[in-house]
Amino acid sequence: MVTVTLWGSLRDLTDGQEVVEVEASNFKELLDALQRDHPALGPQIKRGVSVAIDGRVYRNSWFTEIRPDSEVVLMPYMKGG
Amino acid sequence: MNYPVKTKTDFKVVGTRVPRPDGVDKVTGRALYGADFSVPGMLIGSVLRSPHAHARIKSIDTSAAEALPGVKAVVTSADFGVPEDDFLRDVQDNCMARGKALYHGHAVAAVAAKDAQTARAALKLIKVDYEVLPHVTDVDAAMAADAPVVQEGRADESVPAGSGPNVTNFHEFGHGDLEAGFARADLVLERSFKTEATHQGYIEPHACLATMSAGRGELWCCTQGQFMVRELCAGIMQMDASQLRVTASEIGGGFGGKTTVFIEPVALALSRKSGRPVKIVMTRDEIFRATGPTISSSMDIKIGMTKDGRITAADAQLRYQGGAFPCQTVSFGAQAAFAAYDLEAVRAQGWNALTNRPKEAAYRAPGAPVAIYAVESVVDELCQELNLDPLDVRLLNAARDGTKASYGPTFDQIGLVATLEAAKAHPHYSAPLGENQGRGLSCGFWFNFGGNTCVSLNLNSDGTVGVTEGNPDIGGSRASISMMAAEELGIPYDKVRTVITDTNSLGHNDVTDGSRVTFAVGMATIKAARAAIEEMCARVAKIWGIDEDAVYWEDGYAKPSGPNAGNFEPMSIAEIAAIASETGGPIAGHHEVNAEGAGVSFGVHLADVEVDPETGATKVVRYTVFQDAGKAVHPDYVEGQMQGGSVQGIGWALNEEYIYGEDGKLQNAGFLDYRVPVASDLPMIDTVILEIPNPGHPYGVRGVGETSIVPPLAALSNAVSRAAGIRLHELPMSPPKILKAMMSKG
Repeated sequence: MVTVTLWGSLRDLTDGQEVVEVEASNFKELLDALQRDHPALGPQIKRGVSVAIDGRVYRNSWFTEIRPDSEVVLMPYMKGG
Repeated sequence: MNYPVKTKTDFKVVGTRVPRPDGVDKVTGRALYGADFSVPGMLIGSVLRSPHAHARIKSIDTSAAEALPGVKAVVTSADFGVPEDDFLRDVQDNCMARGKALYHGHAVAAVAAKDAQTARAALKLIKVDYEVLPHVTDVDAAMAADAPVVQEGRADESVPAGSGPNVTNFHEFGHGDLEAGFARADLVLERSFKTEATHQGYIEPHACLATMSAGRGELWCCTQGQFMVRELCAGIMQMDASQLRVTASEIGGGFGGKTTVFIEPVALALSRKSGRPVKIVMTRDEIFRATGPTISSSMDIKIGMTKDGRITAADAQLRYQGGAFPCQTVSFGAQAAFAAYDLEAVRAQGWNALTNRPKEAAYRAPGAPVAIYAVESVVDELCQELNLDPLDVRLLNAARDGTKASYGPTFDQIGLVATLEAAKAHPHYSAPLGENQGRGLSCGFWFNFGGNTCVSLNLNSDGTVGVTEGNPDIGGSRASISMMAAEELGIPYDKVRTVITDTNSLGHNDVTDGSRVTFAVGMATIKAARAAIEEMCARVAKIWGIDEDAVYWEDGYAKPSGPNAGNFEPMSIAEIAAIASETGGPIAGHHEVNAEGAGVSFGVHLADVEVDPETGATKVVRYTVFQDAGKAVHPDYVEGQMQGGSVQGIGWALNEEYIYGEDGKLQNAGFLDYRVPVASDLPMIDTVILEIPNPGHPYGVRGVGETSIVPPLAALSNAVSRAAGIRLHELPMSPPKILKAMMSKG
C-alpha cells in the first residue's frame, strides 16, 4: 500500500479524506487504483494529473516505480509557457 | 560503457560562451520567420471578427463575398466538424466561433482571395446577423450569481455548490491549522489585490502558410511546437496525423503565447475549400484582440507574522479569469503562491471564471507571477510594519531541502537559500539610495518539467555531427544542444550543428514550454551521443580484435582501456567516421524519452526605483536577478532569459494592461497604447547565476526560462512603497495610479 496525499479540493470527492491508501507499485497502478477506489476522482484524472514521488514531479510516466515508503502527492497536470 | 550516475561537474564545452548559431542570420535579416514563407499560386487569408463582446450568431450570409471576383473560398464554423473532446472543441471554437461570438475580436468567418485587398473587401460583404447579449469582462463581476452567462454547463465537479454560473473550476492546496497559526502571530495583515491581463508581446505576428489537397496537408508556421500544431490541426481537420506535415519557422518570440493555434486550422480549411495554398498573417490589432493574453486576477491574502519575522500562517484566495473558455491556470497560481516559504499552516484556494475576453494562453510561469506578487507584497508590508529586514525574513522562512512545500511534496535539492544569501551578500543590497528612490525585493518560483522528446544524432562521414531535434529554438536551444552533444562526444562545439526538424522527421516532441527544452532535449541529446559512442567503441573493438568492454571513449577518441587491452593507437571520431562504411554502415545515436525529473527553480530579484513625485512615473534605476540555473549550459542565454523575463515582469508591474470599455471592447490593441518597456526605459539588468545541480539531469540542468518573470511584480511594488511611501494593491502601477495615491496621502 502507498499513502497518497490529495490536494485539498479533492477531499469532497473522497468522503472528506485528504490522504488515502491504495495498492500500487507504479504511476499507472496508482491512477487505476485511485479511480477504482474513489470513482469520483475519475473526471479529474481523465483531465490530467501529475504525481510527485519523493519530491519529483512526474506528469504521466506510467511505469515510474513507487515504493511503499515513497511520499506520493497528487497534483494537477502541469503546463508552462 | 558505464556512465556516472552522479551529476557531471567537470565541463569543457558546457558553461562556455560560444557564438550563437542563429546570430548572423537574425541580425542580417536572412532568418526566415512565419510571414516569410511564400509559394506560387498562394492566396491571402483574412478573418472577419466579432464587433461585439458577446453575441448570438443568428445567421451568416457569405454569398456576396463569394461572388466577389478574386475570392476563392469563404469559411465559417459550418466548414468544421464538432470535436467530441472538450479541449479540442474549445481550441476549434476559439479559432472560429460556433453559435456565439464570445469576445470582441472572436473569429466568425474567413476569406481566401487573390490578394489582401480583395480579401479585406470580401470581409465587408459578409453579412452576420447578431443578437447582442450582455457581457462581462471583470473577474469579480463574472463570479457573481447574476452575471451574464458566458457558456452554460462548463463547471467541473470541483466547483462548490452555490458558485456563480461562470465558475468553471476550484482548487485548494495547503496543510496545517490556519486558525492556530494566525493566533500565534503578533501581526496579521489582510490585503486585497487586482491585476490586469497582459500580453506576451512577441514581436513576430502569428503567421502560417497552408496547403491542403487530396486529404494531405503541408503547414509552415511560427509556433512553439510543430507537433502540437499537427495534433490540434489534424484533430480539427479530422485527418490522420501522418497526412499533415508541419514545419516551424524561426520564432520571433512566443513566451507561451504560441503554444496553441489560432489561424492554422482556418488556413487549412480555406486551402481545402479553394484548392490553393493560403497564407494568413495576423495584424497587431488581431494579436491583441484574438490571441491569448494572460489571466487577470482578484486576490485576497492573509499572513500572520511574529515580531521576530516568523510567518505563522498564510492564506490566499485567488480568483482568475482566463477568457471565454475554461482554463486551469489558477491551480498553478495557488500551488506557486507560497512555494518559497517553509510554513506550518498554509492554504491557497483558487477559482477560475469565464468572461467575455479572449481565451488565455500561457505566459512564462502561467499563473505564478500575480499570486506571488500578492503574497510577496504582504510579506514586505509585514516587514515594514514590524521593522524587519525583508531579506532576513525571507531567509528565516525560506523553503529548503526537506521542506514540505505548500502544494504538497517535500523539496529535495533546491537553491532558494543560496539564492537569498547571494542577494544579501551582493553590493546591490547595501548600496545607498537617492532621493525619491526605494529598494524592493521578491522571491520567485516555477515548477519546470520535461516531457516527450526525440533526438537523432548522426555522425557525418568527416567526423562532424548533426543533431536533429523537434522543438523550435525559442531561447538558444540549438546552441545548448550542440554544446551538450560536443561535451559528451569530446569534440569542439563547431563540429556539431543542431537543426529543428518537421513533424515527419522525428517522433512526437512536446511543445516548447515549461522551461523544458534545455533540460529534456539536452538529456535526450546526451543519451543519443552515448548511444553513438557505444557504437563507435564497438566498431573499434572489432578493428582491434578485442572485447567492446576493453574500449573506452575520451576527448573524441576511442582508446584501449589499459595495457591488458593491447597497445593500440587511439582512433579519433573522424577516423572512425571515415571507415564507417567498411565497419558496418552509418553511425548514429538516437534517444526517445518522456523526460521526468525536472527540478524546480527559485529566483530572487532586487529592484531600485525612483518615483517622480510630480508625475507618478516610476523609473527602474538598478535591477539585479539572482537565479538557480542548476547548470548554465550557455551563460549568455541563461542571462538573456533572466533579463528578458525581468523586463516582461517590469512591464507587467508598471504599464502593461488590457483596458476594456463599458462596451466590453478592448481599448488599447496596439503597442502605442499598450506600453511595453523598451531599452531606453531600463538600466542594464544585472544577473547572478547560481548553480545548484539538479540531480534529475546528467549535467545538473534546470529550466531557466520562466522563473524570471515572477519576482519583478512584487519587487517593483515593494520598491515603489519605499520610494513613495504608498502601497498600491493593483497592477499595473501606472503613473496616474501612483500620482493619485500620492496625492491622497498628501
